[in-house]
Amino acid sequence: MPMTTEPKDPRPPARLSPPLPAPASEQGPAAPGLSTPAVSAQELSIFFGSNHVLKRVSLDIPARAVTAIIGPSGCGKSTFLRSLNRMHELVPTARMEGRILLFGQDIYARDVEPVLVRRRVGMVFQKSNPFPTMSIADNATVGLRLNGMRNRSVLAERMEQSLVMAALWDEVKDRLGAPAVSLSGGQQQRLCIARALAVQPEVLLMDEPASALDPLATAKIEDLILELQKDYTIIIVTHNMQQAARISDNTAFFYLGELVEYGPTSKIFTSPAKKQTEDYVTGRFG
Amino acid sequence: MQPARHHWRKFKNASMQAVTCLCALLVVVPLGLIFYHVLKSGFSSVNWAFFTQLPKPVGEAGGGMANAIGGTFELLGLAALLGVPLGVLGGVFLSEYGSLRLNWTVRFAADVLNGVPSIIWGMVVYALVVVPMKGFSAWAGGIVLGMMMVPLIMRTTEEVLLLVPNGYREAALALGIAQWRTVLQIVIRTALKGIITGILLALARVAGETAPLLFTAFGNRFWNHHLSDPIAAVPRQIFDYAISPYEDWHRQAWAGALVLLLFVAIVNVSVRVLTRDRFAKRS
Repeated sequence: MPMTTEPKDPRPPARLSPPLPAPASEQGPAAPGLSTPAVSAQELSIFFGSNHVLKRVSLDIPARAVTAIIGPSGCGKSTFLRSLNRMHELVPTARMEGRILLFGQDIYARDVEPVLVRRRVGMVFQKSNPFPTMSIADNATVGLRLNGMRNRSVLAERMEQSLVMAALWDEVKDRLGAPAVSLSGGQQQRLCIARALAVQPEVLLMDEPASALDPLATAKIEDLILELQKDYTIIIVTHNMQQAARISDNTAFFYLGELVEYGPTSKIFTSPAKKQTEDYVTGRFG
Repeated sequence: MQPARHHWRKFKNASMQAVTCLCALLVVVPLGLIFYHVLKSGFSSVNWAFFTQLPKPVGEAGGGMANAIGGTFELLGLAALLGVPLGVLGGVFLSEYGSLRLNWTVRFAADVLNGVPSIIWGMVVYALVVVPMKGFSAWAGGIVLGMMMVPLIMRTTEEVLLLVPNGYREAALALGIAQWRTVLQIVIRTALKGIITGILLALARVAGETAPLLFTAFGNRFWNHHLSDPIAAVPRQIFDYAISPYEDWHRQAWAGALVLLLFVAIVNVSVRVLTRDRFAKRS
């Protein structure tokens, strides 16, 4: 991301190093299964009441890479994403089977609090949702403040870091006290990304983060994702096939609650192994 | 096309529109009439003494309702102490926690309670508070008004909390913020103006209650020095003066009615201003 050009403010591209238990390879993402997976779903099934939404899904998602999840509406891709930080549990009738490991740790173990899982696995939603009662700065640090962080200098530092990382700092640094809802749609979404980054998660989930934005704002979000993947494990649900092809290293294709195919994005889009995948990525259905 | 039927249809449309418009206007007319009449009858008696002096004995001209005005605010304060926390927290439960079945029951109970005649509330508190305390008191008056506020505030709080988009709750929970903090500092904060609006409207509503105070606060022609003693209230005083045979007291009653009406009107107008401000910012 371009940093500020003003000489008096030569800000280095401040980065947070999220606490990754496993050292990720520096020469780019490895193929699934070859390095320590950031997230590993094993025989994962999700039910809402009697509705079997996700059927025995197993996949390993590598660290420090972008993994795209594609598939037609209702195929369970959003449910899969939300199960990775236990957000699907907000539906009272939800039930799950199988295991999800986050850097080897079972996040559904009996003694694991959903709140703690969600601090390690951040999420950005389809509709940008900055808190309307808070300023830009307060939105960026809300996750820290409401988790008990009181140290003002740390808060200020994290606020700036996360806004810089979300490529929003230059646009808002002169009006940090302005209400967050005064920003444009694309800026609001980048603020939401900054808000998620400020709590220093290990994995960032994105549920169609650019589907409500215009092409220009979408391009900015995509650039941002490519930048963030150097430090973060990003899992993105998208309806936009070109977007998946542009930004992801690996792609998983879901259909009717099942994982049909999973592999390097180039392979999924050029020579998929399954006919269903080919039909979908070429636009023959879905 | 059949021109005749076309005209007939237009006529029907116009007349229905006229009838509904008339009915809508009928809502405004009584308010205008009440305001006009109370203003005409009460305006000349509202003066400085009315707000600062105690009632004079029968036959003596002048005097005021200072003790009743003070008493009404005291009672509203006590009522808010009881009604605001119970009502707001109950509304939070209905909106943020609870189960479908329980919520249905609580909601139904609150709606029925909203329709309970106020004199019944007075009798209930008479039995629950006045009899055990062996006397009428400000406490009893505050409790009965507070109890009447609970279902009102509970329902308005629930409604404004349900208006808060779920996206904000999800965003907060996804940041690893605990649910109670999410409710307190995201959801309630977002809906705060609506909650305050509900509280103010409930206060304005019970400020004019007379019947429940007959059995509880009782009324007092002097200042209330202790919350365990009977206390004056404006609507209670209006009732006393209005049924009296004295011309001077009638004038005082009109003045009291005007003051009470203005209080309720001011609260309502300020609530409208508050909410208008909110919508302007949102859109």
